[in-house]
Amino acid sequence: MAWLKKLVGAVIVLGGTGAAAGWVLSAPVRLDAETVAQLRPGDAIKGKRIFYAGGCTSCHAKPGAEGDARLQLVGGLELKTPFGTFVPPNISQDQKDGIGAWSEEDFADAMLKGVSPSGEHFYPAFPYASYARMKPADIADLYAFMKTLPAVAGKAPDHKLAFPFNIRRGIGLWKWLYLSPEPVIALPDGTPDKVLAGRYLVEGPGHCGECHTPRDFAGGVKKGEWLAGAVAAEGSGVVPDITPGGRSIKDWSEADIANYLETGFTPDFDSVGGAMVEVQRNMSQLTADDREAIAAYLKAIPPHPNGYPARKPAS
Amino acid sequence: MRKLVLAISMLAFAGSAAFADPIQDRQALMKERGKLAGQLSKVVKGEEDFDAAAVLTTLKALQANAEKFDAEKLFPAGSDQGDTTAAPKIWEDMAGFKAAEDKFLANTKEAVAAPPGDVDGLKAQLNTLGGDCGACHQSYRVKKG
Repeated sequence: MAWLKKLVGAVIVLGGTGAAAGWVLSAPVRLDAETVAQLRPGDAIKGKRIFYAGGCTSCHAKPGAEGDARLQLVGGLELKTPFGTFVPPNISQDQKDGIGAWSEEDFADAMLKGVSPSGEHFYPAFPYASYARMKPADIADLYAFMKTLPAVAGKAPDHKLAFPFNIRRGIGLWKWLYLSPEPVIALPDGTPDKVLAGRYLVEGPGHCGECHTPRDFAGGVKKGEWLAGAVAAEGSGVVPDITPGGRSIKDWSEADIANYLETGFTPDFDSVGGAMVEVQRNMSQLTADDREAIAAYLKAIPPHPNGYPARKPAS
Repeated sequence: MRKLVLAISMLAFAGSAAFADPIQDRQALMKERGKLAGQLSKVVKGEEDFDAAAVLTTLKALQANAEKFDAEKLFPAGSDQGDTTAAPKIWEDMAGFKAAEDKFLANTKEAVAAPPGDVDGLKAQLNTLGGDCGACHQSYRVKKG
């Protein structure tokens, strides 16, 4: 029977090593000292641009709020996904229920590393996998702008997730696979500044890829099908292919794309719809230069066929 | 007798084809609406000169289009099936759907009652009207592949 004892022992040691490795690998990692040292007091006026590029209100405003009330970032929207229901939290300046007590470093850890001040992982429904590509200076400006927004009391309900997605620690492993500050689309030397500026806005603060790119089984964005469109992760229907290869905007000029982001009208005068309505409202707050940069980038990226099944013909 | 039955059924079929396609009817109405908005947009973008009389004519046409919108007739029960991007929410929340359309109608009336005197005025009005399009399409239309 000695061999059995040995086997059991080996399994325990191996299993234990695996669990220990998993535990170590899944640990929340904050920003490194070098990045923290780059943080400076931000400029609220510049931060306003980042706020609208990021579209924070789309998820964090009270559902159904209109006008200035959208700046009360109490959260509470329900995002129903295959992993369960995510509820964006209160990120108003309330000291207790919101993020009013956060330092600039806390905020940067959340935005760039997906780690909370108490050292827990955030779920990537909060699109830090995109925000990780942002410049620390823009994070600082955004922090300064958010300081000017109202404090509103009230905690949003918790997420309602099924096993194993309810184990926060597991997100650490997800981050090993999907969290990187590197740009998605490598652009050659000599790429026009406008396209680079567009890449930053789209891949970073704008987090367009979070909805417009299909995801794999673990909920990670398939970078090989970047912006190819996807079955909506939340709600119903599809999110269109916005590469030069899809049917959706293939025939649009750069001016058409910029105009759509400004006015909500497509070149054939259909209007923006679905979740894009909020996005377009935010994009209309940016400068014409920013919208043109986004358009230039979308024309420069690799084409992909639609990342979602074709519509069934009417029977 | 057989011929009569056949004739009647053919007539009935032709009749239903002519009247009972609310999906086509509502799509035609929306297409016309988009075309009218497009005419105004050309002026806002500077592709066409601002002509107050022409703008007012277009705004009146938009109002007439909005008045033709009859939610009960264009979105009868069962017309969520077929070649349509109408969202199920229309039938779950018919009151909200109608309110969204009423807002558009009210805004077209307002625009006709106080027609814009220049491009900037038109731009503001078109923003409002375009916002109404988006507000309704946000909840009541589903994007399909």
